[in-house]
Amino acid sequence: MDVGVRSRGARIRSAAFGYANVIPFICFALFPFYYMVITSLKNDAELYDLKAVPFLIQTGVITDHYRYLLAKTEFLAGYSLARLRFRGVNAFGTAVFITYLVPPTLLFLPLSQVVVWLGISDTIWALIVTYPTFLVPFSTWLLMGYFRTIPKEVEECALVDGASRMQTLIRVVLPMAVPGVVCAALFGFTLTWNEFTYALTFISQSANKTAVVGVTADLIRGDIYYWGSLMAGAILASLPIVVIYVFFLDYYVSGLTAGAVKG
Amino acid sequence: MAVGSRVLEAAGLVRPGRLARIREWWEQEHVFGYGLILPALLLIVCLVAYPFAMAIYFSLSDYWVGSPGKFTGLQNFRDILGNEIFQRTVYNSFVFTSIAVAFKTVLGIWLAMLLFRSFRFKRLIRGAVLLPWVIPTALSTLAWVWMFDSLYSVVNWTAIRLGIMSPPGPNWLGMPNYAMTAVIAVNVWRGLPFFAIIVLAGLVSIPREYYEAAAVDGAGSWGRFRHVTLPLLKPVLAVVILFSTIFTFADFNIVRVLTRGGPVNTTHLFATLAYQVGLDGGNLGQGAAISLFLFPMLAAIVFLQLRYIRKE
Repeated sequence: MDVGVRSRGARIRSAAFGYANVIPFICFALFPFYYMVITSLKNDAELYDLKAVPFLIQTGVITDHYRYLLAKTEFLAGYSLARLRFRGVNAFGTAVFITYLVPPTLLFLPLSQVVVWLGISDTIWALIVTYPTFLVPFSTWLLMGYFRTIPKEVEECALVDGASRMQTLIRVVLPMAVPGVVCAALFGFTLTWNEFTYALTFISQSANKTAVVGVTADLIRGDIYYWGSLMAGAILASLPIVVIYVFFLDYYVSGLTAGAVKG
Repeated sequence: MAVGSRVLEAAGLVRPGRLARIREWWEQEHVFGYGLILPALLLIVCLVAYPFAMAIYFSLSDYWVGSPGKFTGLQNFRDILGNEIFQRTVYNSFVFTSIAVAFKTVLGIWLAMLLFRSFRFKRLIRGAVLLPWVIPTALSTLAWVWMFDSLYSVVNWTAIRLGIMSPPGPNWLGMPNYAMTAVIAVNVWRGLPFFAIIVLAGLVSIPREYYEAAAVDGAGSWGRFRHVTLPLLKPVLAVVILFSTIFTFADFNIVRVLTRGGPVNTTHLFATLAYQVGLDGGNLGQGAAISLFLFPMLAAIVFLQLRYIRKE
């Protein structure tokens, strides 16, 4: 918010002020991670850290299913709600928004019985089936906002030229929507990977746990905390997210903004 | 397109077969529209609406893990309302949510305004600030558990070194008020980036001419903030605060990992108490009744959001 022409001294003072104020925030944000790394390097780390690896694979499988099954659902619904006009479209858009706001902690008790009835409790299918409760509304909402930013004329041209609606959707809309789809996929992956409540509730067998729950629940044995190995496990389980995050930072920023503000 | 095929038909070029008729039916805007939302609609009905109805049924019955109970009316609600731990949880939830959201709002606006300045390493700084929001909460909270350790707390160590605290410093997770403070601190730590990034997006969208005009009129930096920034940020702030309120209110991860509701059930929120009663204790009926107390807050937020959107 620098307004007008200012002297060199004032500019330097302003920059110094900015850095002096932003540095405490950065320290606050990063210190826990710094401390994690330091702790994991100190002691008793070598004993446990490899135990987190099976959990990682487990989480990978779940996110993979997400990619194939759900991405399509959200893409189609998002397009329909943003673009097409039919009776009930607004009501359904509102319904998606409300389910987006429903916290998982409101539904985890009945869902724990649903997975028992379906005979899938304690398997990763319990998570594959229940994660859509938060993934579908979130991504649909995100993509709806994105579709609204794509000019409608291109689609109309394709339709006039004789393409069917489905062809238009796949050949014309999809290529233009790639950034939005990437964004939804990134958030889907992140939310799935980081999910804790359902994963803790529905899975008790160590072999089927996700990375986050595996490290949090399984590496703690009794009252003795092996902090070195715990922190090593935590770093290992966060690593995939961090790597993706570093490469796609701008998508995260835009998705975060679109998901919340486009309401 | 539908019209296209009909034109061809009239010209006698295409005979409408069954397939063509189905295609024509499918090409109608409303049919196609319903078709596309159908999978999502099914998922939402089966996985959100149906479990929600089940939660209400559970809360009205004495349903235990492994034994489907019978209808008991409002007995569960009567039981929990008379329970001291539950009363404490209600109090905690409001204290936790209001303090945490207030801190996140104020610090978030401040941080966003700092990030808005031109910096060297701008992207790097933004990346660092957003990191707590991206890392799995359960895992970063684990680091906080270690940082608040009763014997080797690095928080106390630092504060003592800086002369803010006299040794040995508090046992953070062992005393009710300190434990609540710790829970709030971790929540603010995790939620702050969300606020900052969204408010930043709001700041970017404010035309700079407004500031120039305000400066010409003699407004100082506080005046510009008070009369230009804040009013124009209001829509964004309203949305962020409402979002954050519901997710803070329903928080589970931080309390579950940091204190497990302890010491002696003094830091529970609705979600963690529901977990403890419903799954650790096996009393699903009462657990469901506790988690349903999240619903009024959710309904209020949804109502405000919808009214707000309609007003826009």
